[in-house]
Amino acid sequence: MQALFDNFQVLFQGLALGSIYALVALGFVLIIRATNVVNFAQGDFAMLGAYAMVLFFTGLSWPYWLAFVASLGAMAVFGVLFNYGVYYPLRYRAFLPVLISTLGASIFLQNTVLAVFGPQPRPLDKVLNADGVTIGGVFLDSQYLVILAVTMLLVLFTYVFFEHTLLGKKLQATSQDKDMARLLGIPVALMISITFVYSAVLGGIAGVLVGPILFVSIGMGSTIALKAFAATIIGGFGDVTGAIVGGLLLGVIESLAAYHISVPYKDAYAFLALFLFLLVRPQGIFGEKVSEKA
Amino acid sequence: MQRLHLPTLIVVGALALAAAVVPYLFETSAYVVQMFMQAVTYAIAVLGLVVVLGYTGQINLAQAAFFGFGAYGVALGSTTAGLSFWSSLLLGAGAATLAGLALGLTTIRLGGHYLAMITISFQQIFDLVLVNWIEVTHGPDGIAGIPRPSLFGWEMAEDRDYLLFCAIVLYLLVFAVWWLPGTRLGRAMRSVRENELAAEVVGVHTLRTKVTAFSLSALLGSIGGGLYAAGFAYISPDNFNFARSIEFLTAALLGGSQSPFGGVIGTVLIVQMPEWLKHLPEALSFVKDVYLAVYGIGVILIMVFLSEGIWGLIKVGRARFAKPAFTDTTGVQPLELDVSAGASGPLLTLHGLAKHFGGLKAVDGIDMAVNRGTVHALIGPNGSGKTTSLNVVSGIYKPTAGGVVLEGEDVSQLRPHERAGRGIGRTFQNIRLFANLSALENVMVGAQRDGNPIPSGNRALRARAMSALAFVGLADRAHMIVRNLPYGHQRLVEIARVLAGHPRLLLLDEPAAGLNQTEKMNLVELLRRLRGHGLTIFLIDHDMGLVEKVSDRITVLNFGRKIAEGTPQDVLRHPDVVAAYLGTSGPVN
Repeated sequence: MQALFDNFQVLFQGLALGSIYALVALGFVLIIRATNVVNFAQGDFAMLGAYAMVLFFTGLSWPYWLAFVASLGAMAVFGVLFNYGVYYPLRYRAFLPVLISTLGASIFLQNTVLAVFGPQPRPLDKVLNADGVTIGGVFLDSQYLVILAVTMLLVLFTYVFFEHTLLGKKLQATSQDKDMARLLGIPVALMISITFVYSAVLGGIAGVLVGPILFVSIGMGSTIALKAFAATIIGGFGDVTGAIVGGLLLGVIESLAAYHISVPYKDAYAFLALFLFLLVRPQGIFGEKVSEKA
Repeated sequence: MQRLHLPTLIVVGALALAAAVVPYLFETSAYVVQMFMQAVTYAIAVLGLVVVLGYTGQINLAQAAFFGFGAYGVALGSTTAGLSFWSSLLLGAGAATLAGLALGLTTIRLGGHYLAMITISFQQIFDLVLVNWIEVTHGPDGIAGIPRPSLFGWEMAEDRDYLLFCAIVLYLLVFAVWWLPGTRLGRAMRSVRENELAAEVVGVHTLRTKVTAFSLSALLGSIGGGLYAAGFAYISPDNFNFARSIEFLTAALLGGSQSPFGGVIGTVLIVQMPEWLKHLPEALSFVKDVYLAVYGIGVILIMVFLSEGIWGLIKVGRARFAKPAFTDTTGVQPLELDVSAGASGPLLTLHGLAKHFGGLKAVDGIDMAVNRGTVHALIGPNGSGKTTSLNVVSGIYKPTAGGVVLEGEDVSQLRPHERAGRGIGRTFQNIRLFANLSALENVMVGAQRDGNPIPSGNRALRARAMSALAFVGLADRAHMIVRNLPYGHQRLVEIARVLAGHPRLLLLDEPAAGLNQTEKMNLVELLRRLRGHGLTIFLIDHDMGLVEKVSDRITVLNFGRKIAEGTPQDVLRHPDVVAAYLGTSGPVN
């Protein structure tokens, strides 16, 4: 019986961790769709968000809600900077230079933060000042509950935003055909900027939420980004639903495998799952097979 | 392109010699010699990236892992297992090459973004294993006391001796990597980088080429790593992590990933950079603390402003003083097309050919035959399935149903390069050339298809390519980079690329698209000449004037089905055909 509870416990943690992957993966996919760029600095968006929170909340002792809003504001500004610094100059180039450029951005961000905050990981307070609840022998940590709730809200918001608002439709039009969108009077450069902002804010929220669990560290982004990227492939490359489902699935796989097999190799399971998917179903769960046209 | 100018040769040679003998002529501290050793061993790993990234265009973010294979091979082999340096290096290199082969095989389904991800995953798993599999790898503590090798009694215990040895290995490998692009394999690699689909259709076994590139990259990485381990006598996992892979990548990009010299220059700069930063003036000393951040900015700036790295700059500078590349065309043999005459029956038969995309029936059951020595045109309104049919014939798509039979052999399940190997050649609607290769090299890639009945070896390939270029009237442009050729000439280069491979069947996808009247007239003349040689041509075009002039037979498609077939006179006046084009079923004339 206890074993069953433990499994539920692990499942719950996996879902919460998976939610973080899903949020970052969502940001990934939005940028891929809008610009066809795979952003290898995506995880560092989460890292930056978390450090912004450390600065405003822990450092400047602002109230939690104010620090949270300020962090997201900082991430929004950062999204614009990232667009114009990393993507925009290379927007007409092939994918490889852009990909390498985002890698460069990732190195830059991590080492700048390292120079400012030092190598020591920082703790961050939970959102709620409570331990959590125990239901039927399964302990539900309050932070994990918050993560699940916020993720659900954000996914819902993203859906409504993209499917039921004019701005969302314009963003979709931009991602599908930039030239046509431009001819219809949609300011494409602005739309791409908005995408980067939205993606940076999503990443920032993920960072703030996961900070209390993983500690805030320079490398936290890289690990999350790799998992998130794996999630987008498992879910179906460039597919929004796929990113979310893939993220959750990966979180669960990882937690269960770490619990049942071995903890030190925790980070390897995600990659093994990825390899398996690539071998068996390379287009992912929701993806369609596409081949190049001649 | 493989002609190194004498002055460059002298400069490179002098620098190389100087680097190797400096420790013998001057008093150099152990520290400086070690830095040299680092640069030399890293440079060997970076050469691997030149092959896989620079030549083949495949991203590899796991070069440090391959470096690690070599290093741990030597370390474990010569300490734990008590083997000699050479056998340990061989084991490490073998393991690395196998790993590279496996990574390369993933490109069968994946490219680009996926590959970046796969290689990172591989790198991370390698790192996890190094740290956690303590019984074997000694975990984070690393391995100490790795002995130096000896070669025919030459003990390399002294640092500068060992450095000299490493430098010699580096020079040999630089030479090999420099020599590679002009070989069959090297050309295949560069064609994959420039346009993978076109390379496959022209007859390059693209998967094998990519796998070979990955294996070579891994091999070079492991050689560098093995030498590194014996040089420093101590290794630990943080020498082989993702950050090191990025360092290798940056070195390759900074120096110029398309040249081994670029790779070496980049490596030297990257290894030296922290040293130079130490000597910064007081006011700038903060840079020292954030030099990795500067590094990151540097990567972005290289990508924005210096896409071919430092060596690219040198090349551009040199090209400015070079004479325009016109080619001496004396002694070019006339093209001979070796069309197997005498055989009877149709050359190409399609029966019940269908290709569906989900619910869309692009091609829906076509039966037709292309007779030997004829020009057969496939026409039809937009969206009628012409290009899809051509894609199924050339192997880009596998048919949903039905067969493609070439001289009695069903080729419908073969991959495009295998079909090219059986003599099916094609051009593309939107020209697909290897843009940064010369016209000659483009055509040589076509000539090196499997089963081309010419002697092997570069000399024969070159002669064949020159003949093909002469046939389309571009022999004097042979050494121009095709990106710089006018559009009409690019179309001709694409045709020459197929002709060089002795096609039995020539597929042309809208060869007249985008050509002006004069160019179209020249094309008609060229097609008639080819027909005169007995070549069988199957073409698509929208220009009815051209189709009528050159075709012996026309097949008309509409909505993926054949609606008419016959001689031009009959077909173009066929009521169904007129209706398909003009949308009326009324009487004609």
